[in-house]
Amino acid sequence: MARAATTQRKIINTAFAWMVGLLIFFPIMWTILTSFKTEATAIADPPVWFFFDWTLDNYRVVQERSDYSRFLWNSIIIAGGSTFLGMLIAIPAAWSMAFVPSKRTKDILLWMLSTKMLPAVGVLYPIYLIFIKFGLLDTRIGLTIVLMFINLPIMVWMLYTYFKEIPGEILEAARMDGAGLREEILYVLTPMAIPGIASTVLLNVILAWNEAFWTLNLTAAKAAPLTAFIASYSSPEGLFYAKLSAASTMAIAPILILGWFSQKQLVRGLTFGAVK
Amino acid sequence: MATKASRTAARLMLAPAVILLLGWMMVPLTMTVIFSFKRYLPMRGGDLGWVGFENYVRFVNSSAFWPAVQSTLMIVGGVLLITVVLGVLLAILLDQPMWGQGIVRILVIAPFFVMPTVSALVWKNMFMDPVNGLFAHLWRFFGATPVSWLSEASMPSIILIVSWQWLPFATLILLTAIQSLDSEQLEAAEMDGASPLSRFIYITLPHLARAITIVVLIQTIFLLAIFAEIFVTTQGAFGTRTLTYLIFQRVLESQNVGLGSAGGVYAIILANILALFLMRIVGKNLDR
Amino acid sequence: MSIRTSLGIASALAIATATAGHAQDLSGTVTIATVNNGDMIRMQGLTADFNAQYPDITLEWVTLEENVLRQRVTQDIATRGGQFDVMTIGTYEVPIWGENGWLVSLNDLPDEWDADDLLPAIRDGLTVDGELYAAPFYGESSMVMYRTDLMEAAGLEMPEAPTWEFIREAASAMTTDNTYGICLRGKAGWGENMAFLSAMANSFGARWFDEDWNAQFDSEEWANTLNFYMDMMGEYGPPGAANNGFNENLSLFQQGRCGMWIDATVAASFVTNPNDSTVADQVGFALAPDNGLGKRGNWLWAWSLAIPAGSQQTDAAKAFIAWATSKDYTALVAENEGWANVPPGTRTSLYENAEYLEAASFAEMTLRSINSADPTQPTVDPVPYTGVQFVAIPEFAGFATEVGQEFANALAGQQSVEVALERAQALTTDAMESAGY
Repeated sequence: MARAATTQRKIINTAFAWMVGLLIFFPIMWTILTSFKTEATAIADPPVWFFFDWTLDNYRVVQERSDYSRFLWNSIIIAGGSTFLGMLIAIPAAWSMAFVPSKRTKDILLWMLSTKMLPAVGVLYPIYLIFIKFGLLDTRIGLTIVLMFINLPIMVWMLYTYFKEIPGEILEAARMDGAGLREEILYVLTPMAIPGIASTVLLNVILAWNEAFWTLNLTAAKAAPLTAFIASYSSPEGLFYAKLSAASTMAIAPILILGWFSQKQLVRGLTFGAVK
Repeated sequence: MATKASRTAARLMLAPAVILLLGWMMVPLTMTVIFSFKRYLPMRGGDLGWVGFENYVRFVNSSAFWPAVQSTLMIVGGVLLITVVLGVLLAILLDQPMWGQGIVRILVIAPFFVMPTVSALVWKNMFMDPVNGLFAHLWRFFGATPVSWLSEASMPSIILIVSWQWLPFATLILLTAIQSLDSEQLEAAEMDGASPLSRFIYITLPHLARAITIVVLIQTIFLLAIFAEIFVTTQGAFGTRTLTYLIFQRVLESQNVGLGSAGGVYAIILANILALFLMRIVGKNLDR
Repeated sequence: MSIRTSLGIASALAIATATAGHAQDLSGTVTIATVNNGDMIRMQGLTADFNAQYPDITLEWVTLEENVLRQRVTQDIATRGGQFDVMTIGTYEVPIWGENGWLVSLNDLPDEWDADDLLPAIRDGLTVDGELYAAPFYGESSMVMYRTDLMEAAGLEMPEAPTWEFIREAASAMTTDNTYGICLRGKAGWGENMAFLSAMANSFGARWFDEDWNAQFDSEEWANTLNFYMDMMGEYGPPGAANNGFNENLSLFQQGRCGMWIDATVAASFVTNPNDSTVADQVGFALAPDNGLGKRGNWLWAWSLAIPAGSQQTDAAKAFIAWATSKDYTALVAENEGWANVPPGTRTSLYENAEYLEAASFAEMTLRSINSADPTQPTVDPVPYTGVQFVAIPEFAGFATEVGQEFANALAGQQSVEVALERAQALTTDAMESAGY
């Protein structure tokens, strides 16, 4: 009796959860489907679901207009580079705050997070002028640095909450055994910190990949990432839903796939130490 | 106990992050503050001298200012409300035993990976377009007149788009929190005859308080800066001009850098008031 | 695509750029910022022809949506960012930027480019103090495009030069369950709804400013303009018109949803192209409407190519501009895509070309519309500014967009015409004060 009730509940739960899941995912699925339609099918009323002549034409047209691989490569370099650079600075900072806390640690952390509240538009002009002065406009290195700064507070915060979970006794035991700072980091901390570092890296790659204000304003041709790629499809003449869908799919696919494969790590990273 | 040597080492390790962030914050901020006291019109020769507080007075007195503050708070508040409420419900649902939980989670998390520009474009054109959008098809199917979402219901539409992007984030954090809830406690309460609602209010919700705080904090930081969604959909028309967007219009569309910079300083002040408020709550929660 | 292949492509590109830099004659990389309109996309596809002539010049395209493009190039030129060697700008920007000394004069383009062949109205709009600062890629005015079949079914006949009253009457007669009598721009923006409304206001006797630069939205004429527009759109326009710009209306018209559409003359080749348009052979053209006050509601615009001062690639950029705006380019497009699809509205010779006149039923009306627009005397009452659908001062783009948002709000039914005009008056006055007028 009880068992039947649970099974029944499980069925209801499953059905309901799938429905909600598909509803949330629907816009993405619809975009992907539409990218394989012709322009006329894309706006057909009533909408066409699966049974249409699947075509790769939109992808071909989009590729002809803008060389996808170049934008993709810039996105990879900028997102990867800014995360790497940020980690180099964030790991020591987070480590020091987590293991050698002082009275000001909490204030520093909160201050760092508050720098993220600086409205980007408000400082666009100064940053632009600085970029011109140092010849950084439309360079990958310039963009990498800016995105590094933007995400640095989040990186420090996440790493800090991870490192804090590493029990201090282990460190003390290692010190008793005569381990120096270097050994401490290399053999004791690193293995324990790797999952935290991995999820921080993931989240930051995603944030940097999707950043659309600075990437659009500080690049022209050479360093333009996928956010700029999509900016040329927002309202072309005539019918464009299918082409827009193809370009959208191309822009989001790499990060969507990366995210899906690593969602377990990511979910842990997203909790910001809020939950144990 | 940390030794003196390790304290020094720790300072050295912290220093680069603090110094760099300080520079990143101070240099542009100082320039913005300087600009805000100037008549600075790039189209008319650039720096045209000091004007005192004129830009500040003008920015606040402009008819667009208070509506912009209001829209900003509405978007932030609306999205927070929707994502937290739906996030809690969704988290509870996903916590139930079911088949294919992993896949459902993948489906739910997906919007978080989508670029804001792409999601705004897709929603605007393929869903909310009053002639060819899917919603219009749906409305016509039921014999109703299609709604032109982005003009007639602009604010709800933008809140919907942004909420869609941030719901996964809230759901996942809350789900992790719920999973760590002691199930024996719930069962004991059930045995004592507590209704599902009171179990939720007295056990689940307090347990989630900290996770909700984190969701609110992190989302607020990102939501205050929302730009792409508005730029792509309404360009600030129909009452969706946020403070960020108003500054954008002053600086880039009107090319009045002085006025825009004054707006930027206001935005920074507003953000910091909000931040202070939030930080206090989070700070408390961090101590726990 | 794997990372390795894209690496390969990236480095191959780097090598190509580097070798180009060492080659003799004209060489270098020219970065072109352009708008994602059909004609520009087509040009991008035809660069092989350019590279056949100049193998050592590499063209880098930055194709952006109009609003993004404007923001990017304005920011770049105002700060001398130097990110672009060629910018696609219009008749609004050229006089202002040229006056500021921000553009390279194109007076020294080769003789065979034939500057004298340019349409006088367009050429004047791009010239400051005798210096041509931009080469027109395509030019446009605005006119009425209408469905001949629907007009006939409604029992009406479109005159060559209709009045606004007739347009309203026809819109009423052509509106059915499936067709909207009239499609007009409603999307906020100085280059969107305000382009249309400013031009329309001219024909109603309204103006942006009086001779002392006082905003005129509190005038009777503006109220008449806006009320007429709102009433007509409310009754016979498409739903969500407040979000419709040029592209949205084009798409509606191509799908056969519009009875009439008053918009840019360049649209004529798109709505008569059977590949894209379901109504290609049922489109007629007429001059933009008037109210008997001596001014018609048609504008003048030319998307043009200009070189920002400070570009390191001035010569290569000039070579590119000369190619893209030449008669040969026109012939090249005609050869590839047919005469009806060549970029219109810039050269007299095109309108004397029998093949073009044969292929393009809209050619004559386009030319008449362009020639009848007068940017130096756009309004019935005298004004201190030039420009038909814009006011050629740097602040215009900013406040006109905000005025456009107020009008779009009214069109969406969120505020009344009176309130919209009041707000427009207030914010324009404020913007002019802060600009120092």
